[in-house]
Amino acid sequence: MTTQSTHSLFKPLPGAQGAAATQVAIWFNDRPLSVPGGCSVAAALLAAGVSRFRATPVSGAARAPFCMMGACFDCLVEIDGMPSRQACMVEVTAGMRIRSQEGARDLPPCGAADINDAPLETAHDR
Amino acid sequence: MTLTSTDSPDVLVLGGGLVGSAVAYGLAREGARVTVLDEDDGGLRASRGNFGLVWIQGKGYGLSPYARWSRSSATRWPGLAQALQNETGVDVALRQPGGFHFCFNDSELAEREKRLSTLQAELGDYPYQMLDAAEVRARIPQIGPAVIGASYSPMDGHVNPLKLLRGLHAAMQARGVRLVSGERAERIEPQAQGFVVHGKRGTYRAARVVLAAGLGNRALAPFVGLDAPVAPNRGQVLVSERVARFLDYPTLNVRQTDEGSVQFGDSMEEVGFNDFTTTHVLADIARRGVRAFPMLQHVRLLRMWAALRVYSPDGFPIYDQSEAHPGAFVVTCHSGVTLAAAHALRVAPWIMGAPMPDELPHFSARRFEHAGELTPAH
Repeated sequence: MTTQSTHSLFKPLPGAQGAAATQVAIWFNDRPLSVPGGCSVAAALLAAGVSRFRATPVSGAARAPFCMMGACFDCLVEIDGMPSRQACMVEVTAGMRIRSQEGARDLPPCGAADINDAPLETAHDR
Repeated sequence: MTLTSTDSPDVLVLGGGLVGSAVAYGLAREGARVTVLDEDDGGLRASRGNFGLVWIQGKGYGLSPYARWSRSSATRWPGLAQALQNETGVDVALRQPGGFHFCFNDSELAEREKRLSTLQAELGDYPYQMLDAAEVRARIPQIGPAVIGASYSPMDGHVNPLKLLRGLHAAMQARGVRLVSGERAERIEPQAQGFVVHGKRGTYRAARVVLAAGLGNRALAPFVGLDAPVAPNRGQVLVSERVARFLDYPTLNVRQTDEGSVQFGDSMEEVGFNDFTTTHVLADIARRGVRAFPMLQHVRLLRMWAALRVYSPDGFPIYDQSEAHPGAFVVTCHSGVTLAAAHALRVAPWIMGAPMPDELPHFSARRFEHAGELTPAH
């Protein structure tokens, strides 16, 4: 069931920092979105009305942020080509290309990995 | 609570982990009335920390009956998995495609060949192949350049060990086994008609008692004239995020679970009852995993844990019935997953009076009374 949406319990507070923040332009599943800057990818997507972040690897059920603090792994998305990122733990920046995480992440094709590559994690300063 | 004799089960099983619940399930299949005493969440619970292999190749070097015994379990495993599925709806995700042991240098390869050829010479029917790098890559294209060869045996497999524990608990209870949770057996009193077990919360009686309490067996065994000199051996495990399926085969230190996680493990440490993780061991486990499968280098690790294997002085299991107090049995090992089918389908009938399986006399704790140099099993 990948078509169902989820209903988020998280709403921006009136007058909260996000409301006054500068809007930034990002992409979500190839769709341009204007979202509040200065917050996490998860908060930004929720504020823009995105309610389906991923499909689970086992049953394909729809998922959205549940804890917003890095514990539940329900907000996984692909960010700038890096699969299975925790959207609540990454700050949104202008121009990010974000995709919903559809099931288990892919692995690089065999032979593609170079052991001397800088870890992709550092691309987002984690 | 004190049970009257009319309420008493035929068998008390002390321990509700993989060993105790497999034995209890088998006893229920034999028609016995069974009560299982299971410790609370403060218990060490090797059953909740293991790697999930149904592994045969290489086991029993130095005591080949252990290889026969393990294999007799592996061949019965499909029947056990099917029975659990039918009786409880729990699919334990048994897969037995054969397993690989990767080698990274010539001496590892030579050592592997020696171990497996020795076992084959002793056992006859013992299928395995030594493969060079190209042959391994033909079957597992993702292996890295550091792998120079491997042993492969069609005897090996793996299972989801958490689903196995849940399936065994559900299946034994569906067959009428009474599970007493949060109860630690502290003392056993042999009596003329059987045994009284004094727990932290209650007292229980039965004509037969099975010690399946893992590391707890060491203290319980002497109450009934048995010996279970087991000690903790720590293993640490890493689990990754779920990734697209790339590896059907189990290996000794890397496997992909039925739900897509990658599990890394196979450390062994003698550190007493310390079940904490350590960074240097986990880093080494991760490094060896990435050496075998370089494309996993950026895969995120989600959880890590340590658990304590139940290890006898030579690493092999202990199965005994007490001579001083017949009706008291000890069943203890560090391979509760691999041996689950043997425990349910071969040990349980023995406890109910059938002849002892012919491999088992080799696993009496009496072997430690005049033990010289011991070779730890793997």
